[in-house]
Amino acid sequence: MGLLDMLKRRKVEGTEDLDNTMYLTLREERRISRENRKIMKQYEREKNRKNVPEEEYLTQMRDPSNVVEFDNLHTYFFTDLGTVKSVNGVTFDIPQGKIVGVVGESGCGKSVTSLSLMQLVQAPQGQIVEGSIRYQDINGKCYEITKMPRDKMLEIRGKEISMIFQEPMTSLNPVFKIGEQMDEVVLLHTKGATSESAKARSIEMLNLVGIADVEKVYNSYPHELSGGMRQRVMIAMALSCDPRLIIADEPTTALDVTIQAQILELLRDVKDKINGSIMLITHDLGVIAEMADYVVVMYAGRIIEQGTVREIFHNPKHPYTIGLMKSKPSGDTKDNRLYSIRGQVPNPINMPDYCYFCNRCDYAMNVCWKEYPDIVEFSESHSAACHLYYGEGLEEQKKRRVEVENNGN
Amino acid sequence: MAIEMMEYANNSDNILEVYNLKKYYPISKFVLGKSRSYVKAVDDVSFSIKRGTTMGLVGESGCGKTTVGRTILRLHEVTDGKVFFEGRDLSKIPPARLRKMRPQMQMIFQDPYSSLSPRMPIGEIIGEAVKEHKIVPKSEYRAYILKVMRDCGLQPHFYYRYPHEFSGGQRQRISIARAVALKPKFIICDEPLSALDVSIQAQIINLMKDLQEQYGYTYLFISHDLSVVEYLSDTIGVMYLGSMMEMGDKKKIFANPMHPYTKALLSAVPVSNPDVKMNRIILEGDIPSPVNPPSGCKFRTRCPNAMPICAEKAPVFKEYEENHKVACHLYSQD
Ligand SMILES: Nc1ncnc2c1ncn2[C@@H]1O[C@H](COP(=O)(O)OP(=O)(O)OP(=O)(O)O)[C@@H](O)[C@H]1O
Ligand code: SF4
Ligand SMILES: [Mg+2]
Repeated sequence: MGLLDMLKRRKVEGTEDLDNTMYLTLREERRISRENRKIMKQYEREKNRKNVPEEEYLTQMRDPSNVVEFDNLHTYFFTDLGTVKSVNGVTFDIPQGKIVGVVGESGCGKSVTSLSLMQLVQAPQGQIVEGSIRYQDINGKCYEITKMPRDKMLEIRGKEISMIFQEPMTSLNPVFKIGEQMDEVVLLHTKGATSESAKARSIEMLNLVGIADVEKVYNSYPHELSGGMRQRVMIAMALSCDPRLIIADEPTTALDVTIQAQILELLRDVKDKINGSIMLITHDLGVIAEMADYVVVMYAGRIIEQGTVREIFHNPKHPYTIGLMKSKPSGDTKDNRLYSIRGQVPNPINMPDYCYFCNRCDYAMNVCWKEYPDIVEFSESHSAACHLYYGEGLEEQKKRRVEVENNGN
Repeated sequence: MAIEMMEYANNSDNILEVYNLKKYYPISKFVLGKSRSYVKAVDDVSFSIKRGTTMGLVGESGCGKTTVGRTILRLHEVTDGKVFFEGRDLSKIPPARLRKMRPQMQMIFQDPYSSLSPRMPIGEIIGEAVKEHKIVPKSEYRAYILKVMRDCGLQPHFYYRYPHEFSGGQRQRISIARAVALKPKFIICDEPLSALDVSIQAQIINLMKDLQEQYGYTYLFISHDLSVVEYLSDTIGVMYLGSMMEMGDKKKIFANPMHPYTKALLSAVPVSNPDVKMNRIILEGDIPSPVNPPSGCKFRTRCPNAMPICAEKAPVFKEYEENHKVACHLYSQD
């Protein structure tokens, strides 16, 4: 080992806050890798079973007005550096006909949550290890996605649940014309579809998303279209099989504000037309405020607050949500310093067993460094996981408030 | 043109003055059988920046913002026009001298990862050009780099670590440190925040403001995020398809946007309040190709206020009140 490496490996005290990397010896790495292979094999075997009786993956919704219910979902990645708990106990509902916004820092598990629902988590490293995802189809039949065999899932994915990604270029095949790719989706998912009926459907969808020169776009290759146009095509494609749920993962992040405005308007419009639901993943609070009915705030693989869009924006409870709201520059912050949440997210492999936000939180108390907070409910829809609002932490807050008042007098 | 040239008499308050800057990229000879056609990436843009202030440059992608920055730094050759830095015409400075001036003008990029060499430890990334340009005496070198790192919120023990070990926000701090280590006067920031999370964006914005207060940097801040531009800038330029559409004092632009494009841009920004319903101006269609821009006013194909004259004549870029210029036929053109 060279001198540089030695210096590199030396841990400096008091920097855990910023130090996000972990060093392993080669032997440790091999051991982890061996164990991982065993675990992954087991999960894969389970998923590849054929002719699974339907009873095994039929279930009941907790509330029949929901399309999807995530219940204590845990999705882990078994990597050579250790287990990444990307989604670590996530519970929320997507009600019929509503838009649920999911916000959070990059890497907090938003995409992995949605991929879990599609059974598209990168296997074999990525596995759902605990919890359930319930999906209700149009006939009121409820499926347990985590137990569903692969072949059955193919019937749902892309048809009843479809997806729109940030960069449409990666999900469109560059060597086929738009029309061919759209027709294929229709042919795959519609019983008895002919190439004529598929084309008619594709054209109808392109019209629906407000494309002016439909025939021309139908006969274009993806690279011939602008970013906004490609995103429209993606939306048209996602709509072509009358989905019950659209997962939109950062659908406008790569677009300019003016095009973003067009696409958001379009999404809201089509949601009403198909009477479907949308799971909207984004880090832009403005987009959430404008689009969502319900908001889920994620931090390091867990939900730290959720509620209706008004509850979250007008009455945020969790210090992270409060910080997010304050750190966005706006007209009133003009000449002062911008509020900023210091530090960064902890290492996903070494999650602490106390509140994950402690190292960045302005309110952190003793109890916060001891145990992970319970979920506190503020209304039927609004809840947050934070010590400020119950038990020992709440007592301490009261005491502090009294002190502040006494000092004031 | 000649009369305008007279205005070149430099204002010593300005660190940078740009006059009629043009940058055309030739494209393939055989397009449509024409002998030569050009992408007019920057088409006659003029502005100046006062020492110690920040100018924000906004517009949709492909409108030429980045090209403006790169041509100012002479990373691209200028097709036409003049750039004065500290009163000196950059095109008249011989290459060897220009190289010496390089440290004074720095650029920070959108994707900090691709601009950091993966095989060099952080200390060397920040220090490489410091050594080359002999910014500080050899004996002070290490102490100086550590000071710059501290200024930028980087821990001293990061010195020997490699870029891949850092998060996006820290990488952006590293590239800022690399730029400011050269004691620049002027820094072009090309979308430095767009790859970062909201909470990290706020940290970087504060860092940039602190450094400016401490060392008096002048920034040209290129961004499509209007709320960030509003927060950081003193003056703002709005570009569309290679041309400046509106420019002026930040407060004036936000309080009284005159150009229909500026109005649409401002109204397109989502507001973080579910109860505010914007009266949105939705622009139809996409930004046209800069190879074949529309005749007359380039914005007319998407403009909600377009009139017949807009197709015939390009509007003049004119001052309507102090520090507020706009190019639009809606306002008197004489
Ligand atoms: N294939 C994989 N192998 C290992 N780890 C992975 C894999 N995919 C995702 N992860 C890890 O899972 C965590 C959550 O990732 P995810 O993509 O869900 O984040 P996200 O919230 O969507 O972030 P972003 O806003 O950047 O899209 C991250 O720590 C990521 O590194
Ligand atoms: S539990 Fe404590 S540390 Fe965590 S967010 Fe609440 S106050 Fe802050
Ligand atoms: Mg994601």
